Amino acid sequence: MFQQSSYTEQLTFFQKLRSFDFILVLCVLILGLVSNLSMFSTDGGEFLYHTKSHLIRFVVFFVLMLFLSFFSLRFWHSTAYLFYIVVLSFLIWASLYGVTASGSQRWINLYFINLQPSELMKIAIIVCFARFFHREQITSVSSFKNIIVSLAILVMPIVLVVSQPDLGTSILIAASGLIVLWLAGLNIRYFVYSGLILLVSFPFVISFLKPYQKLRILSFFNPDRDPLGAGYQIIQSKIAVGSGGLTGKGFLQGTQSYLEFLPEKHTDFIFTLFSEEHGFIGSVFLLIIYGILIYRIIKIGSISRSYFGRLFCYGFGSAIFIYIAVNMSMVLGLLPIVGSPLPIMSYGGSSMLATMIGLSIVMSTKIYHKQIIN
Amino acid sequence: MFSDGDSNVRKFNTINRRVFILSIAKGVIFTGILARLFTLQISDSKKYLTLSDKNRLREWRLPPVRGEFKDYFNNTIAGNTEVYQLHVIPEQVENFKNLMVRLKNILPLSNKQFSKIIKKKNQQKPWETLIISENLTWDQFSKVNFYLHELSGAKPVLSVARSYPFKENYTHVLGYVAQASENDLLNNENIKNKHVPGLRVGKTGLEKSFENELIGTNGVQRYEVNAFGKRIKQVNFQKGNKGKEIKLTLDTEVQKLCNELLADKAGSISVMDIYTGEIIAMHSSPSFDPNLFLYGISYKDWDNIRNNPNKPLINKTISGLYSPGSTIKPVVALSALENNVISPNFKVRCTGKMEMYGQTYHCWKKEGHGIVDLKSAIVQSCDTYFYEMSRRLGVDRLKVTASRFGLGNKVFNNLYNEEKGGLFPSTNWKKANLGQGWVLGETLITGIGQGYIQTTPLQLCLMTAQLANGGFKIYPTLISNKNQESLEKIKYKMSQKLLQEEKYDSSIVRTAEEFFKPGEKDYKKLFRNQENVKFVLDAMFASTNQWNGTSYKSRIEDKKYQYAGKTGTAQVKKITEKQRELDLDTAQIPYEDRDHAWFVAFGPYKNPRYSICVFVEHGGSGSKAAAPLAKKVIKKVIDRHEEREKIRKRNLVDI
Repeated sequence: MFQQSSYTEQLTFFQKLRSFDFILVLCVLILGLVSNLSMFSTDGGEFLYHTKSHLIRFVVFFVLMLFLSFFSLRFWHSTAYLFYIVVLSFLIWASLYGVTASGSQRWINLYFINLQPSELMKIAIIVCFARFFHREQITSVSSFKNIIVSLAILVMPIVLVVSQPDLGTSILIAASGLIVLWLAGLNIRYFVYSGLILLVSFPFVISFLKPYQKLRILSFFNPDRDPLGAGYQIIQSKIAVGSGGLTGKGFLQGTQSYLEFLPEKHTDFIFTLFSEEHGFIGSVFLLIIYGILIYRIIKIGSISRSYFGRLFCYGFGSAIFIYIAVNMSMVLGLLPIVGSPLPIMSYGGSSMLATMIGLSIVMSTKIYHKQIIN
Repeated sequence: MFSDGDSNVRKFNTINRRVFILSIAKGVIFTGILARLFTLQISDSKKYLTLSDKNRLREWRLPPVRGEFKDYFNNTIAGNTEVYQLHVIPEQVENFKNLMVRLKNILPLSNKQFSKIIKKKNQQKPWETLIISENLTWDQFSKVNFYLHELSGAKPVLSVARSYPFKENYTHVLGYVAQASENDLLNNENIKNKHVPGLRVGKTGLEKSFENELIGTNGVQRYEVNAFGKRIKQVNFQKGNKGKEIKLTLDTEVQKLCNELLADKAGSISVMDIYTGEIIAMHSSPSFDPNLFLYGISYKDWDNIRNNPNKPLINKTISGLYSPGSTIKPVVALSALENNVISPNFKVRCTGKMEMYGQTYHCWKKEGHGIVDLKSAIVQSCDTYFYEMSRRLGVDRLKVTASRFGLGNKVFNNLYNEEKGGLFPSTNWKKANLGQGWVLGETLITGIGQGYIQTTPLQLCLMTAQLANGGFKIYPTLISNKNQESLEKIKYKMSQKLLQEEKYDSSIVRTAEEFFKPGEKDYKKLFRNQENVKFVLDAMFASTNQWNGTSYKSRIEDKKYQYAGKTGTAQVKKITEKQRELDLDTAQIPYEDRDHAWFVAFGPYKNPRYSICVFVEHGGSGSKAAAPLAKKVIKKVIDRHEEREKIRKRNLVDI
């Protein structure tokens, strides 16, 4: 008890700075550099709009991350519900007054930025669950009340996001939430049951999907079904990656992206572009950086004395892993095309902001790893 | 506190256990992604690289440059000329409509041309070249260049197109080229493979027969294009090969003379080397300028050509079928001698006509020739003598000899689609085709080259050549062969044939072997006794050089040019008794009813080398209308002989 207070309250600025996780920061910087160079390549080797705004966002949000890292873990704990509620109300706002682009009402206009609240929800849901399960006894985690409440927390944003419509992000939110529920110790049989229910209800779910979503799933199983339509993206993406070979076509030499065969090359298919230009070696390098990043996040979680910090880090690390795995599997033709950005690499402010906030909570957990939250 | 702490420990244990399970799952998934990357980028890399290249590279084929035709003296007779064209690639033009309106004013284009171009544009892909004009005049070309800054997207281009520098001189020999039609594409795989918009292909003549040799190969421009098909940059350029050059045996000087001589007449002149079969000139009149067909012939020009009663579109030398008239008399005489029907001393009294079975058969000379023997019958072309001789010979035996000398058979194998074989009748032929029995009277008129018999001028030229060389088979050719035999060798081969007492083969059908090895000409002998051939040639000499010969007026006394010939005057219509009494001059008869004028000859007499056949459609008598033309051509050909031999010596294989 005595020791505890001395750690929680009196950390000087330099002490905090010293306990920064520099490997994590280094990984983020490397990813930032790689992503900016890739963005430069999507602009055809010129310093144009996408590169500029991506660079600005990266710098601003990186600084923001460093700044937020100094907030104590207790602050995140106490504001967790608030964070969730704010993001949820943003989602409601988006569904009412949101900005519509390409047939989907995902964004809210905050005047200085068009925010996509569903991206923030990916973090908010983890923070919220971390707070929710922080005080729960392991025996009461699987209680009826807890399950109902946590399902409500999870389902509300998912319904909102699905109705935007944005299947990809809602799946990712669901995945993040479920991962945290799993980590929190929810009885395994619930996962088995719901898995079985999902499997049984799958045909019904399919019938509720929009025609374009059905097409995507069909063309995933057979891209050659409609090579110029729904299967086009996956075919071109595979061609781009495959033609990269061992060492790639070279920086700014990716013909598939440069000649605009590659769709969505700024956002979901940024890995394709990177992989085409830098080949197998570059891709493995990128995977290693992401691997280290995730490893560090999990590692920080494992040294945290507070359950909140630990659960958040484990949840966030796993969520990041899922984003990466889903995005890469998608562009490599292992999963159907659903909109899912690659953290830090992809163009998009909200996704970057969410990732950076998540990282700053992780950093805060590192700095305050001895803090115990009651 | 304890239970609290215990619960906390359990909680931490649970989360640590579960994160460990998750980590293993992550490891598996990461490995899966790595494996996928490995498959795509290492194992299947080649496949995807090919696909990527297929995506980004697009080829544009350029029209191949057509091979040229040369005459024997290496003058280009069908070449390629530079033309100024105007191209537009629609996708590279910002405002196509504006550009077209500007061009319409500058060139200027007629409304009809304008709408034609718009129609063409709508039919092709936006990145394909649209040819606005294929043949700009220098004025138009410089005007376009002057305004080029206002015409962004328009490209003045220097291109090549077929040209026939000697215009109408070679029309029928070479044929002409024009835009490939659907039929051309369907019938010739080669054209289909090399086709680009605007490609010209041979439509008739040698241009068509040698299409596959002449066409050449496409040049290829390889461009990198983006996903929308827009050209980004040229990656490489592969030059196409020009088509094969084809050298002909023709002599432009002689050809031009033939054209001049037949200028306002309908007819044909052909000249042949009697030993090698090389055709020195082959002209059909009237002719037309094949250059007219290059860019689509105008309606007016086409009408003029099509509706000309003298049929300029027909190559009369090989496709015109006519009664040969008296020009076949040497062969009839030879046949009679060969079959021992008569001896040269056989005499007939000509009274100007001959009665048989109630029919009267007239000699061309009303008052008759009196008593004539074989030689003077040929010299004076006495029809009565030939009636009697044919009667004894019979048409079937005559046919064997005539066919052997090439009458009624195609001269070239498959060189020209339009070549006609003609007809030499026989009793079997009549039975099979007309269903009637042969009448003896028909034998009589066949003997003077009238009736069913139909030959082309070139067949008569070949007949004369095969007589003049002593009676040996030759294979006429238009294509100059690089490996030629010397004259001595040919003559030696012929004399060898003479010594071999081989059973001569009456079949004149060329065997497949001969066809595929045209180099191995066997100079088959076409007679039984060469004395008979010599006798006929001697008679032909007298016909031209003896005071009472039919072509005495056109003789040349200079030994260098002295030649032997035989006239022919072929009736086109049965002459009624009334007309016979009127005895009208040629000029007084309506054009279509006038006789065809023929003259076949060979020279120089002492050492014959060339044979000639002159044909003037509805020209009147052979001695008046055809022989004088032949005289001029023979003189020219013999004058050109030394020049020709110089070239020939270079091509000899055996010195």
